[in-house]
Amino acid sequence: MSALEVRDLSKRFPIGGALRRSQVHAVEDVSFALRPGTITALVGESGSGKTTVARLLARLYDPTSGSVLFDGDDVSRVRRRRDVLRYRSQVQIIFQDPFGSLNPVKTIRHHVERPLRIHRIVPPDRVEERAHELLRTVGLVPPEEIATKYPHELSGGQRQRVAIARALAVEPKVVLADEPTSMLDVSIRIGILNLMVRLKEERGIAFLYVTHDLASARYVADDILVMYAGQIVERGPIEEVLAEPLHPYTRLLLAAVPDPAKRDAERIEARKGLASAAVDPPEGCRFVSRCPLAIDVCSRVTPALVEARPGQAARCHVTAPAPST
Amino acid sequence: MTALAEEPVVERTAAERTLLELRGLAVDYGSVRAVDGVDLAIGEGEVLGLAGESGCGKTTVANAVLQILRPPARIVGGSVLYRGQDLVGKKPEELRRFRWRNVSMVMQSAMNALNPVMRVGDQFVDAMRAHERIDRRRAAVRAGELLELVGIDRRRVRAYPHELSGGMRQRVIIAMALSLNPDLVIMDEPTTALDVVVQREILQQVEALRRDFGFAVLFITHDLSLLLEFADRIAIMYAGELVETAPAERLATGSRHPYTQRLLQSFPPLSGPLERLTGIPGSPPDLRDPPSGCRFHPRCPHCGPERPELYARQTTERPVLREVERGHRVACHLVEEKGA
Repeated sequence: MSALEVRDLSKRFPIGGALRRSQVHAVEDVSFALRPGTITALVGESGSGKTTVARLLARLYDPTSGSVLFDGDDVSRVRRRRDVLRYRSQVQIIFQDPFGSLNPVKTIRHHVERPLRIHRIVPPDRVEERAHELLRTVGLVPPEEIATKYPHELSGGQRQRVAIARALAVEPKVVLADEPTSMLDVSIRIGILNLMVRLKEERGIAFLYVTHDLASARYVADDILVMYAGQIVERGPIEEVLAEPLHPYTRLLLAAVPDPAKRDAERIEARKGLASAAVDPPEGCRFVSRCPLAIDVCSRVTPALVEARPGQAARCHVTAPAPST
Repeated sequence: MTALAEEPVVERTAAERTLLELRGLAVDYGSVRAVDGVDLAIGEGEVLGLAGESGCGKTTVANAVLQILRPPARIVGGSVLYRGQDLVGKKPEELRRFRWRNVSMVMQSAMNALNPVMRVGDQFVDAMRAHERIDRRRAAVRAGELLELVGIDRRRVRAYPHELSGGMRQRVIIAMALSLNPDLVIMDEPTTALDVVVQREILQQVEALRRDFGFAVLFITHDLSLLLEFADRIAIMYAGELVETAPAERLATGSRHPYTQRLLQSFPPLSGPLERLTGIPGSPPDLRDPPSGCRFHPRCPHCGPERPELYARQTTERPVLREVERGHRVACHLVEEKGA
C-alpha cells in the first residue's frame, strides 16, 4: 500500500513570445509511489525537474497531465479550499532555505502553533503543550526557551529543525523534503538526515528526499529515482542502483561524486554537454548527445522505463532493452 | 601561537621555493577577531586546500592575501609574504600591479561576476589592459586562446554571458584568472554552485592547466571530500584558527585533531558499509565571544572533567600548532599529551 502514488505526471511551462511559442518539458511521464516508513531519494542535476516534481506533489503547481493519487483519490487538480486543506494536512513540504521559509518577525512558537490551530489538530488549550512536544521531537531543547525566540536568533540547522517541527505538526503521512540540508554546514547536515530516518522509523512517514547529493541519499534512502532532463531515467532499491547502475547517466553521476575512497579509480568519460531543460524535445533518448553507449536507435526512439533487474528499471535501449514483442 | 612558518610538504631546498607565506595573520571585523594567528605557506605549483565551516574565516584569509578586505575588516597583525616581500602596508598602486598579475582570484559564484551587457571577449580585453600593456587586437586573440584552454570554443568571445551556461561562465572566469599567467590562483568555492558532473570537468581542467603552467592554487571550500581528491595538502580552520595541516592522503587516513576527525566522519560514504554517523554536536562558536582555551573544547568528545589536569589546559590554554610528523601539524592538547 503506497502513501502517495504518481502516475504519468507531466508539467510543461510555456516560454517565448507570441511568435516563437515553445514549451519546456520540465517533467515528463513521471511515475512512482511513496511507501509509508520509507525514504525515496529523487536525485538529478539542477534543471532536471526534481524540484518541479516536489512542487507538483505539494500542489504548488497544477500538472499538465497525469495524476497524483492519495488515499485512492486523484488530488492533482483539487481546488476547493476544504480539499486542499485536507490534502495539505497529510502531505507537507520542507524547503531548502531555512532562512527564507520562516517569518522573521514571528517567534518560533507562532510557526509551530499556527498549523496546529488551522488544522485543529488539538483543542486550543493544548496547543502550547503540543508545540513543545514537537520542538522536543526535532531536538530543539529546552522547548520553552526556543519557542520564545525569533528565527534570526537560531542557527541554520536549528531553523531547519523548526521547519520540520512545523511540517510534523499536522501529523502528515507524507513529507516532501526539497534539498533540506544543502544550505547547512556539513557537520550539521548529518543531524537533519538522522532526524529524517528516525521520523520514518518511529512515525511511518513516507519521505520524498530531493537532493543532488548521492552520498547523503544513500545514507538515508531506501529507494532512488534518478532524473535527467525531466524524465526518470532509473529507479530501484538504492543499494542495488548505486552498486550496479544501469543507466549511463547514473554511472556518470556516480563517477563524478568526490569520493576519497576511490581516489585514482577509473573515471567514466562522457562527452561534455548540458542537461538542458528539454525545450520542445525531439523523439529519442534525451541523454543521447552525451552518452558513450549510444547506438542508432537512441536518437530515433524514446526509450521506455524497462525493469531489467528485479525492482530496478532504466530508460536505456542499450542497458535495459525492451523485451522484444 | 607559533611563530614558526610552515614548510610545504614536497621536499624543497630553501625558502625561495615558498611562494606565499602567512605569518601570524590576524584580521578583525570591527571588534571581532575573524582570523587569529594563521601561519600557512604555499609552495610553488602546490595545491593547498583550506577547509572549514561557514564563518571559520577561510574567505577572510583569501581576501587578506589579496588585500581586498573591506572595512570594517582590516589586518591587525602578522604578515603576508609573497616571495619574501611583505604585502601588508604596500601602497594601493603597488598592490594593483601585484593583483591579477602575480595572484589572481576566482570568487564564490564568480559566474555572476561577468558584466551581462558586455561580450565575453571585451571583458577579457579590459581585464588584461587594466594590468598589462597590450594592444586591443593582441588581447582579443589571447582571449580566444584562453577560452580554448578551458574547453570553450574560441568563437564564444562574441557571446554575452547569458548565452553561456553556469559551468561555462565559471570556466570563463577561470580563464580570466589565468590570463596574465599568475603564480598563484586563489579559488574560493569555485564550483559550489555547479552540479557534480560539471564540477568534476572543471576541476580536471584546472588540474591539467596547472600541470602545464605550473601555478599554485589556494583552494577554499567547505567540501572536504573534494579536497581529499584534488589538493596536495590540506589546512583545516576552526573559529578563525588553523587546527591541523597535513598532506591530503595523510589527512584522509591519519588525521589527529578531533575536529578534523569529526568533520571527515560527517560525509557519508558512497560505497562500502554504512554506519550511523553523528556529525558534530553543537554549532560553531560565536566569534564575538569565543570559548576560552581550545575553541573546539565545548564540542570536543575528548574534553571532560574526568581528567582534571588535561581539562584545565583544554579550557584555559590555547593549543599551538605542533608538528607530529614531517609536514603534519596539529593544535590539540590531547595530541600533544599523547606525544607525536
